[in-house]
Amino acid sequence: MVSRSLFDKIWDFHRIRAMDDGRDLVFVDRHVLQETTSAVAFDGLAEMMRPVRFPGLTFATQDHIVSTELRRDVASNPGGRELIGLMRANAERHGIPMYGLGDPRQGIVHVIGPELGIVLPGTIVACGDSHTSTAGGLGALGIGVGTSEVEHVLATQTLVLPKPKTLRMRFDGKAGLGITAKDMVLHALGQFGIAIGVGHAIEYAGEAIRALPVEGRLTVCNMSIEFGGRLGLIAPDEAAFAYIKGRAFAPSGEMWARAVAHWQTLFTDEAAIFDRELSLDISKAAPQITWGTTQEDVIGVDQAIPDPDTIADMDRRQRIAAAVEYMGVTPGKPIAGLPVDVVFIGSCTNARLSDLEAAAAIARGRHVAPGVRALVVPGSSAVKREAEARGLDKVFTDAGFEWRSAGCSMCVSINEDIVPPGARCVATSNRNFENRQGPKARTHLASPAMAVAAAVSGAITDVRRLA
Amino acid sequence: MKPRPFTNFSGIAAPLPLKNINTDAIIPAPYLRSPSADLAAGLFARWRYDDQGQEVPDFVLNRAPFRAAEILLGGENFGCGSSREAAAWALARFGIRCVFAPSYADIFYENAFRNGILAAKLSLEALDHAVSLAGAERAMFAVDLERRVLACPDGRELGFEVPAFRAEALTRGDDDIATTLRFSEDIAAFVARDGRERSWIHDLGDRA
Repeated sequence: MVSRSLFDKIWDFHRIRAMDDGRDLVFVDRHVLQETTSAVAFDGLAEMMRPVRFPGLTFATQDHIVSTELRRDVASNPGGRELIGLMRANAERHGIPMYGLGDPRQGIVHVIGPELGIVLPGTIVACGDSHTSTAGGLGALGIGVGTSEVEHVLATQTLVLPKPKTLRMRFDGKAGLGITAKDMVLHALGQFGIAIGVGHAIEYAGEAIRALPVEGRLTVCNMSIEFGGRLGLIAPDEAAFAYIKGRAFAPSGEMWARAVAHWQTLFTDEAAIFDRELSLDISKAAPQITWGTTQEDVIGVDQAIPDPDTIADMDRRQRIAAAVEYMGVTPGKPIAGLPVDVVFIGSCTNARLSDLEAAAAIARGRHVAPGVRALVVPGSSAVKREAEARGLDKVFTDAGFEWRSAGCSMCVSINEDIVPPGARCVATSNRNFENRQGPKARTHLASPAMAVAAAVSGAITDVRRLA
Repeated sequence: MKPRPFTNFSGIAAPLPLKNINTDAIIPAPYLRSPSADLAAGLFARWRYDDQGQEVPDFVLNRAPFRAAEILLGGENFGCGSSREAAAWALARFGIRCVFAPSYADIFYENAFRNGILAAKLSLEALDHAVSLAGAERAMFAVDLERRVLACPDGRELGFEVPAFRAEALTRGDDDIATTLRFSEDIAAFVARDGRERSWIHDLGDRA
């Protein structure tokens, strides 16, 4: 038997046939739809009078453009009404289960996927959203696709893709105080850059990955796309199986035992060869925070903003100088102490229950600094209910945070949740691009605990000083 | 949907050779709020317009010859970030038929071809050469897909890279879904076999 990687095993299993052009036709086990990237796909189907091939393997929600006001309905965000209506109508027309506004299962696609047991180990999951890679945290291949590919999956339940190369990224060492899954993946982006994953499926491995709880693994895999590729995954283990057991669409009874037996074959063989191997030691890492306008512009919170004048490579010097200017930061000055205007805790990266618990642990007994707007946006309606059952909403509101309804909110800022021009925001989301959170918004990415530390201090702060 | 078949052409090339141009920059989120948004107007909107919505005179696509550009000269890791296909739609509606860059992020690369846009890989050195000529008056670049050559206004031919299957699909204007549907029996056979092996994938009962 040839030694294979975890990725190869899952890919090969799903290969229906090799196409003449060298690409593979692969089966998609689960297709999740959201309102902003599916409407045009349904138009395409209608134009060609094509049916949805497997509506029962397809799930829909509304997350991107929905209002996150605490008491909300379709009217809360008039700008979202068209796409919200189209998602509902298209799901109804094609018999696709729909967990939209008002449904207790509503939430961010990549949060409800694992939460409802839609995402299972060894599956291929497609979704018209780049952060579908999140599913890798449970040992699934989460493939983020464009709208044409959404249409393709709707019509055929397959994708035609060139098989990516493989990259193994090993995280060695033990995570120190204040180092979360978010810090680990940010640190790797800083070390390896945002294009290292182009054309590759990344397997995250090593001691520090194995030690992560399942929700932390989802956070790491979520940001796979930020390396330039579209896939990242972690071998599923007993912790993953335990996480899945009992969830709405998880196998049960006799099927459970057979499923687990299959899942136990999902690991990288000892002698498997990767196209590329990388490793980093995280034991010395400080909590990470981005200072610039790409995710590789990241430093420890105890470090200083880089000085473009000390960079020899002209290209890089220019890029760093432009980022320094956009962000309004001072080269050579410590990042800690930089005053913040907005703090956003949310997104498919960091809005699961464990994220909110980590945030609440720092917020408890403290208060948001004067002049700072701080939002907590749960990743799903279920996360919101569970957090409320544990009293976390009270911890946040007592501390001066806004407690909101589930959605993508200030990560993609396509609804009304926008950072004002020039304002500085510490966000637990995944992209610090220029204008991402609103025109001229300045975004610093960090973990939930770091975000709370900034909110209560009114400035970027090393959370280890508050813990 | 079936893209228009790609044909060779000569056109103006707009130089925007920045690294890591992300899809948020190509088409900002507000233009995703409606399927009927004016994506041609939204292309690079944050760079093209100031706070009052007036054109930024310095920005390349606001300058004389480049308003009519059909070629975009981009930088490494072009199209990184969000999966939004509206990035490809916006380029196409503006009139861009071809992007040249040293490398592309995976999802944008796929989206471009699906919309009949040639996303060709050009070495950094070749790209620099093209950029240096793009600003000259009436500088026309000729794209020859079969020969994989970008002919510059100075007569130099720059070789570019595109996989054979993508070039052929572009030229034919393939409907990818129709191609896959030819294998419907293979898909059905896979599902029948897999339904026995992994019943938990296919048999969700009435739980939805």
